[in-house]
Amino acid sequence: MAENEFWTEGDPIADTAAPDGPVETRWERRRFSAKLVNPANRRKLTVIIVGTGLAGGSAAATLAEAGYHVKSYCFQDSPRRAHSIAAQGGINAAKNYRNDGDSIYRLFYDTVKGGDFRARESNVYRLAQVSVNIIDQCVAQGVPFAREYGGLLDNRSFGGTQVSRTFYARGQTGQQLLLGAYQAMERQIGLGNIEMHTRHEMLELIIVDGKARGIVVRDLVSGEITTEIADAVVLASGGYGNVFFLSTNAKGSNVTATWRAHRKGALFANPCYTQIHPTCIPESGSHQSKLTLMSESLRNDGRVWVPKAQNDKRAPGDIPEEERDYYLERIYPSFGNLVPRDIASRAAKNVCDEGRGVGPGGLGVYLDFADAIKRLGRKAVEAKYGNLFEMYQRITGEDPYEVPMRIYPAVHYTMGGLWVDYDLQSTIPGLFVIGEANFSDHGANRLGASALMQGLADGYFVLPNTINNYLAAGPFPKIDHTHEAVVTARKQVEDRLEKFLTIDGDRTVDSFHRELGHIMWEYCGMERTEEGLTKAIGLIRALKEEFWTRVKVPGTGAELNQNLERAGRVADFFELGELMCIDALHRRESCGGHFRAESQAPDGEALRHDDEFSYAAAWEYFGADGKPVLHKEALEFEYVHPSTRSYK
Amino acid sequence: MDIKVRVWRQSGPGDRGRMVTYDVKDVSPDASFLEMIDVLNERLILDGDDPIAFDHDCREGICGMCSMVINGVAHGPEKATTTCQLHMRHFSDGDVIDVEPWRAKAFPVIKDLVVDRSAFDKIIQAGGYISAPTGTAPDAHATPVPKKDADAAFEAATCIACGACVAACPNGSSMLFTAAKITHLGLMPQGQPERDSRVIDMLQAQDDAGFGGCTNMGECAEVCPKGIPLSLIGRLNSDYRKAVTKG
Amino acid sequence: MAVDTPIPKTKNAAGATATPTPRTVVRPSSVTLKIIMAVSGIVLVLFLFVHMVGNLKIFLGATDFNHYAHWLRSLGTPLLPETWYLWIQRAGLTIALIAHVYAAAVLTRRARAARPVKYAHRPKIQSSYSARTMRWGGVIVLLFAIYHILDLTTGHLNPNGDREHPYTNVVQDFAPDRWYVTLFYTLAIVAVGLHLAHGIFSAARTLGQQTMKGQRRAKHIAIALSLVLVVGYLSVPFAVLTGLVD
Repeated sequence: MAENEFWTEGDPIADTAAPDGPVETRWERRRFSAKLVNPANRRKLTVIIVGTGLAGGSAAATLAEAGYHVKSYCFQDSPRRAHSIAAQGGINAAKNYRNDGDSIYRLFYDTVKGGDFRARESNVYRLAQVSVNIIDQCVAQGVPFAREYGGLLDNRSFGGTQVSRTFYARGQTGQQLLLGAYQAMERQIGLGNIEMHTRHEMLELIIVDGKARGIVVRDLVSGEITTEIADAVVLASGGYGNVFFLSTNAKGSNVTATWRAHRKGALFANPCYTQIHPTCIPESGSHQSKLTLMSESLRNDGRVWVPKAQNDKRAPGDIPEEERDYYLERIYPSFGNLVPRDIASRAAKNVCDEGRGVGPGGLGVYLDFADAIKRLGRKAVEAKYGNLFEMYQRITGEDPYEVPMRIYPAVHYTMGGLWVDYDLQSTIPGLFVIGEANFSDHGANRLGASALMQGLADGYFVLPNTINNYLAAGPFPKIDHTHEAVVTARKQVEDRLEKFLTIDGDRTVDSFHRELGHIMWEYCGMERTEEGLTKAIGLIRALKEEFWTRVKVPGTGAELNQNLERAGRVADFFELGELMCIDALHRRESCGGHFRAESQAPDGEALRHDDEFSYAAAWEYFGADGKPVLHKEALEFEYVHPSTRSYK
Repeated sequence: MDIKVRVWRQSGPGDRGRMVTYDVKDVSPDASFLEMIDVLNERLILDGDDPIAFDHDCREGICGMCSMVINGVAHGPEKATTTCQLHMRHFSDGDVIDVEPWRAKAFPVIKDLVVDRSAFDKIIQAGGYISAPTGTAPDAHATPVPKKDADAAFEAATCIACGACVAACPNGSSMLFTAAKITHLGLMPQGQPERDSRVIDMLQAQDDAGFGGCTNMGECAEVCPKGIPLSLIGRLNSDYRKAVTKG
Repeated sequence: MAVDTPIPKTKNAAGATATPTPRTVVRPSSVTLKIIMAVSGIVLVLFLFVHMVGNLKIFLGATDFNHYAHWLRSLGTPLLPETWYLWIQRAGLTIALIAHVYAAAVLTRRARAARPVKYAHRPKIQSSYSARTMRWGGVIVLLFAIYHILDLTTGHLNPNGDREHPYTNVVQDFAPDRWYVTLFYTLAIVAVGLHLAHGIFSAARTLGQQTMKGQRRAKHIAIALSLVLVVGYLSVPFAVLTGLVD
């Protein structure tokens, strides 16, 4: 295959904002070298923040506290509903409260290694450094973390690390952290320092003289389109897992904000890195609208198996022991059921592909607690997993104490996102990207309890320091709503909405989204091949064309129109999906959340090619029909030297 | 199974609104209530009708967006369950199910089943926070918190602000919501300095938003998907009385 | 009463402050109204208990009962002139009653305004029936209290109406051929019982009862006290009806 059938290669890029020298002092030196803004000038500067999750919410509160005029936007009816709220497990911090040998350096080391050596050392080290401040900040806000009888904070170990550094609030850590940020934000709204716009969706980025200067938004209630001007724009709009239609993301999670910025020139990095979580509740039928995650901790006591025979339709209880295949224990004798997420997910896919999957559609494997109940007693199992069993039963109607659970992997998190430098600034000056929306800290794979850490690190501590350096050059020339660039951006939005409403075809938006999801899951999911990805690109292009001729969007643009909202998001998912496939196709190695079947060790494990692919792939948009241009940012590892992961 | 749903249809705030009956055929018992509405909406779109607008997002019971009164009960018949986690297996073939939006002056209907709950944000703005600007925090272990208090604070803090308490309350009161936040913050040592002003301001904001007063009926706690107990309201009352007497 | 002085808000780093919008209408907060209801309700309940003890003296015979009734008028003498204490108590009770009804009326009006559009599917009552009947129950109790005063205090509606012989008044009032009076009285007392079964718990909650354990206890105590009152009050007419007292 000619490499340039789908993309072309451009000049390499580099992160020029990061200081060099000893990694331990880079952040300190950057903070010192960054320009400051006089407090009296801050209120003359407006910052737009799109999204109110952990990153956006914490950034809005912090920038408002610092004295900037903040305008914040979310599509939900309240900033508190951003999908960070659904994060369960916990948040990592190198506090070493356990005295178990943890340190900033160890968290840094674990994160770089966990990311399969595809993240920047500078960024990860900074993340580990500020992790400590995050916990202090959240406690001061009244976040009710789990505590021990002595009144001090409790910790647990998470994601296979050897230290206990995860702070948590039952299984609702994301909710509690988000409420902390939300409350800080509401306080600033009450003080008049944040202008909050709920039920508003960003549909375009406004660039004037090469700088990000505003956004075009649609009021989802009235349908009114307005242009919002500012001195800088921050995107905190989350990940794009919903390109798969079925994922653990919220229904509204979408790529539109970042994709619109990408189309206007911001590079999109590593789009193919997606994290697939092995323990989700499988699909129950064609009505399925989303997937629900269950804590990974279930694998501590549950045993994963499928029947040895293909198409075995017997009830699990009727399958005798010798006809069961405990495949994780068989293939990975030393880690067994506790292998990392990517490996467990892929193994489940393999047995289902062999026709040995269970449940509706054969897309599921058993997670069996019979042995655990026999060994520990029902009481003990209930104490450990009671709430999870209850949730499983509520959704499936099956009692996991009697029948084994059925699980299947689902898309959970996307490591890729808009390319940013050390200052979290994209390739468009004045456009900053924080949280899951950027690509920066997790490399090819994210460790458990690190997403919350990154979102809050970016919002509370990193962005509020680095954005000053940019804003110190402001206030920028005054522009108004009649400026040519503003009018053009607005017109683009209006034309696009008009287009959706006038196609008046015979297929619903959801039917297209579902089909796109199938293609992505099949060819750009847990296992990717050159052949499959090439095929997927063709399928997506054909489907995209069909979408633009056959989609039916009811109603008008001047009202609450949820299908119109979805149409715009799905249209962007088509373009993103194509880029994800191209990125996956170009990266002929397996690393982290990206597994190329062609690149595996003889024993079937992922095989990285550091000599060829030790870089972040930043893609430049080149028109709807043009080929994306690849810019490579070389990754250097001065401290943590690449090695191979093994779990056998 | 085949069912009928009678759904509140209201094209906008100016429309008077009405219940409209729809047949839904071949509903899977494994579908969630919202997925059942999704299926109905797909059909309505293809038939050229206006699909039913409803709020939803995470569909796993934590974001607090979904909000339907099903057969007169906020979030439907299952205890401690949000609408998005209610499954059709709890209904039977031939059922006629009534679906209405939250009803409260403070939650005006935007369209169909979508209501405006920004009044909740206003209550939080008035004082539902601890003033701790970023960067000012002492070490997290500087102030130990008794486990009992931390656990109780967490229980109160699990409120998802869905508004079912208001929808169920015969007085249209948001007291359970406000009390949950008062309790969460009032149990933490960090929340003490603003404890008095918080309760006075939040209650004022609640009254100003047009919510009714609490008469301790307990309908709110019955429908709360997170099981926030009615007793927290006593804590709010007590904090309020003390705050006012202190002056 | 809510204090309406704005709480000073902190400035942000750029010195910007937002002044809270001044409140033009001063109105009692919903919790203030609830506290008024609780306190006035407790005063009225205490009176009901004292009143009940007095009623039960009827079982000691006409002399004792009449003596008690006359003693009430001279209570407080010689410090106070005769019947002064009684009037002070009546004034106190009237104030409590007015406060109670006023607060209830304001809260009811606010509750009605809080739900301008009713549900098409009538919500089912999931928690407490007695809680749901507070308002109409309260009105019934109020009407009964007025009748009761005209009957056994002023004597206007009493078949005997002799202020010097309250015992006879009671016995003739509940005579078997006046069964409808007994029926009305019974219904009214049951209404009082229902009102208090929720009211006493509600007062405890309003005044700060806040634990789950305490909630169960408060509910049990409320029901027990209501039962005592209902039994105590109903024992008199039924004793007359069955001839136990004549």
